[in-house]
Amino acid sequence: MSAWLTRHAQTSIGSLGRLSQHKLATLLTVLVIGIALALPACLHLLISNAQTATGNWNKAVDLTVFLKRPTSPEDATRTAERIKQRRDVSNVQVITSDDALKEFRHDSGFGAAIDALNENPLPHTLVVTPAADFTSSANLDSLAADLRAMPSVEIVQLDTAWVSRLNAILETVRRGLIVAAALLALGVMVIVGNTIRLDIQNRRAEIEVTKLVGGSDGFVRRPFLYNGIWYGLGGGITAWIITAAVIGILREPIGRLAGLYGSAFELGGLDPQATLILLGSGIVLGWLGSYLAATRHLRAIEPT
Amino acid sequence: MIRFDHVFKRYPNGREALSDLSLEIDSGEIVFLTGHSGAGKSSLLKLISLIERPTRGQLIVNGQNVNGVSRRKVPAFRRQIGMVFQDHKLLHDRTIFDNVALPLIIAGVGTKEIGKRVRAALDQVGLLGREQSAPLELSTGEQQRVGIARAVVSKPPVLIADEPTGNLDPELSLEVMNIFRRFNEVGVTVLVASHDLYLLEHFPVRRVRLEGGRVADDIPAGISAGEKLVDPAKLITGAEGAMR
Repeated sequence: MSAWLTRHAQTSIGSLGRLSQHKLATLLTVLVIGIALALPACLHLLISNAQTATGNWNKAVDLTVFLKRPTSPEDATRTAERIKQRRDVSNVQVITSDDALKEFRHDSGFGAAIDALNENPLPHTLVVTPAADFTSSANLDSLAADLRAMPSVEIVQLDTAWVSRLNAILETVRRGLIVAAALLALGVMVIVGNTIRLDIQNRRAEIEVTKLVGGSDGFVRRPFLYNGIWYGLGGGITAWIITAAVIGILREPIGRLAGLYGSAFELGGLDPQATLILLGSGIVLGWLGSYLAATRHLRAIEPT
Repeated sequence: MIRFDHVFKRYPNGREALSDLSLEIDSGEIVFLTGHSGAGKSSLLKLISLIERPTRGQLIVNGQNVNGVSRRKVPAFRRQIGMVFQDHKLLHDRTIFDNVALPLIIAGVGTKEIGKRVRAALDQVGLLGREQSAPLELSTGEQQRVGIARAVVSKPPVLIADEPTGNLDPELSLEVMNIFRRFNEVGVTVLVASHDLYLLEHFPVRRVRLEGGRVADDIPAGISAGEKLVDPAKLITGAEGAMR
């Protein structure tokens, strides 16, 4: 077991040493892989940041319930309590007609006009926040229907259309990301596979001799698999650097833009988990590409 | 140890390299394989090392019928055969030590043991102390000896050599042959393909001459090359004896 480990360590370091002998070629391969991996990584960040930026919008999925007039403030509170007991509701805020009027007077600047009214025209309002697990448009629709059926309720206002649209857009982008990631992953495998193929051709003599002295397919293949793994790891690191650079360049202007909208939103980079996934997928793709190429091309080389 | 039983070898281009060849080499024997180029010497060795497979007939090496050795089992099969080549087939991008160590690394021998056995093998061919040299820093004769060290480092029961002295001057050839002899003396079965008449005269070991893919003469050990055509009847009985 320890001899086996030593052998693998030696092979992997030997493979690294060989790659470092051809610096330029290795660098170019790693760079191409890095760019190919950086594209989906950046797309992922686009989506995750868009989700963060729009995270506050989830609160906008509140339902606004206008109660019938006249309803006493006590009845409004009682209705609010009843709604609050539903399991698809997390909170109900009561805005009495007096509060609403005060707020309107303050915000609208129509103070004088409102004073001219001899009666408060505003109804009591309940702001119903659905529970976190019940924010899908189907759930919201059924909640709204239930609320509408309550006797003291006049109007339930729920604009699910834009929520659906936003979700549809994010879903489209996410699908696009999956397709792009799959294509680029295929590209990485082809790049690694082709590089390994050339490498195998260059080391034909060595492969023949190794097979002559009894080297199994697995033994002959091993250094090439390590090459693939190193390419993939190098590509993953490069992709991480590229992504970090893109974030670094965009962070400041986006922060300023968000500031203009009165938001404290800050562009987020790759978290540790995403970093691990990026490096891991680089390694797996490099290994897979080299495995396929080596298995296919090493078979063709037999001593004569 | 090695038994050819009515073996035919026809290449895809239609050339028949071996035709109905039967030959038996006992364990611990040392045998010269002679004949003109094209007589089938190389094909015979390639069949033993499973570089090629017989078209027809049986070949048994170290108790194993080669027809029963699947592609996956070829590497393990080859590890019991030491091979020496005319062109050495050394890897020029690594040291002498690493070249000789290759069969042991493949066999999964531990690092310490590898060091010991590589030095022992290099000592046997008189190259101890050159471990860290590159193959190209060595003379042709020395490179050939490295090739021999690599062939014997894993102590295979069979050693085959294809024109091992082809590029060497007579003195170096004798030296290389003496190395083979020493391995034979410790029980290794040795089969050397050579058309080096000088060597044949100096080593009165069993000689098998191929011609047109068949065994033409089979001269037992102890008879010098000069006598070989004197008594054809004896040759035939010798050949028959060898087949059995």
